[in-house]
Amino acid sequence: MDAARPYLAAFSSRFLLMLQYRAAAIAGFATQCWWGGIKVMIYAAFFAAAPGAAAASPMTLAQVITYTWLAQALLALTPWSADPEVALSVRTGSVAYDRLRPVDTYSLWYVRGAAWMASRAVPRAALMVLGAGLVLPLIGLSDWAWKPPPTLAAAAAFAVSLPLALALSSAFLMIVNIIVAATLTDRGVNVLFNSLIIVFSGNLLPLALYPDWAQTALLMQPFAGMMDIPLRLYVGQLSGTGALAGLGLQVFWTSALILLGRWAMARVMRRLEVQGG
Amino acid sequence: MNSFHLILRYFSASLRSQLQYPGSAIMLGIGAFLTTIIDMLAAWALFDRFGQVQGWGLGHIAVFYGVVSTSFALTDFFTRGFDVFGGEFVKTGAFDRILLRPRSPALQLVGYEFRLSRFGRLAQALLVLFVGAAVVGVDWTPDKVLLLAWTITGGVALFTGLLVLQASFAFWTTESLEVFNVLTYGGIQAAQFPLSLYAAWFRNFLIFVVPLGCVAYYPVLAILDQPDPLGAPDWWLPTAPAMGFAFLAASFLAWRAGISRYTSTGS
Repeated sequence: MDAARPYLAAFSSRFLLMLQYRAAAIAGFATQCWWGGIKVMIYAAFFAAAPGAAAASPMTLAQVITYTWLAQALLALTPWSADPEVALSVRTGSVAYDRLRPVDTYSLWYVRGAAWMASRAVPRAALMVLGAGLVLPLIGLSDWAWKPPPTLAAAAAFAVSLPLALALSSAFLMIVNIIVAATLTDRGVNVLFNSLIIVFSGNLLPLALYPDWAQTALLMQPFAGMMDIPLRLYVGQLSGTGALAGLGLQVFWTSALILLGRWAMARVMRRLEVQGG
Repeated sequence: MNSFHLILRYFSASLRSQLQYPGSAIMLGIGAFLTTIIDMLAAWALFDRFGQVQGWGLGHIAVFYGVVSTSFALTDFFTRGFDVFGGEFVKTGAFDRILLRPRSPALQLVGYEFRLSRFGRLAQALLVLFVGAAVVGVDWTPDKVLLLAWTITGGVALFTGLLVLQASFAFWTTESLEVFNVLTYGGIQAAQFPLSLYAAWFRNFLIFVVPLGCVAYYPVLAILDQPDPLGAPDWWLPTAPAMGFAFLAASFLAWRAGISRYTSTGS
């Protein structure tokens, strides 16, 4: 337990610090309401326009709508960009302090990144539950509302899958951080990974709605576990053995990315140039 | 030196400085091209699964998107100064220096940067626009080319107005309000689908409050030779882009009100 203490402290201090940015959370919430609202109206129009295709769709409209609000609420849980603290410390040279601390740098950055993403997601998700889960039904738009999970099993699967999504996202964030440490800039890598994550995590469109021939590949790729798999579990689109397979994929990719990250970090740190003076 | 020559001087200085890093400029341009490609990806997947929506196909959506995205890309070349106004000018007090110079502040902000990397977005938008138009069989007669140019000009006026308004708010908040991205980037997202898909209150917002529908939906209907399924009269469709200029004029009123109450934060 003592071995974990510095990491727990790093997690909670970053988490509490980031929770202070209330204006940013409210601005983020407003943005996500706008995007979510547009998406819900467009999906509703498509489902209404083609009843045959809608009946054959792997997700019902109600599932797609709940998925959309959840995806907006949990947006900050995906590794959108390199951890700005790491990028700054690489640029200014204060990365040297992190290397001197008597803790494992990989684990330290990992928990700090996890705290960064979780702390930005929590207030936004709480506001979204209020807005899309409570206010929408109250003003008579319950067809467009965020619904609770259909079964207890779906809720349980989601409760297991969400922490795994954070673990997977943090493992991927570390890969991005390591690229930043190696190239000394976060500009290019952020632009590049942004689009990949928007598309392949299911943020742009639920992965189940892409063409049927692409489905297996879309589920197997690592980004699915960051958002799409927990959301499918929540709405009950994945259940039974499918649910187990989804959780298995999350565990597999998290372990694979942590191993890859540790190996790459060791290589980069051996020839790291410390900037500044 | 008149204003026009001054702007050209500003732009050429900005271009020369960006071309000092040609690799970076080219990569950012290519990056912008690739990231905007995904704007159309969701629409493509939805049409692949559902076939059509209210009689519209992917080609129509491409034309709507292409028009509004071209307008925004053109605006983005010269409005960087307004975009970063709160953080770079008000908060730092740098606006004092702008006020001291014997030229209009708006002109100096336009000259702040000419963003070369936006060629990627412009190329992608024009590509989507003309491929979409070819798919739905638009016959580019001279009057339609003229209507397209007028529509895009109206769109540039509207997006410029949004950025001027964003900058004007900074006089009160001393910060750039990033919530405005909802209306620019989010506006492209909203305007790429026909207004008839939306709920009435949202449609009215896009017509009467922030008239994105007037610089995309209505004039594009005229380009596509389609009557408005919601029943707007035919004469209105090609006239609507004028609303973009009305919005720009209103934004400059806010801008002037802001300048008149500006107090420096500098020390």
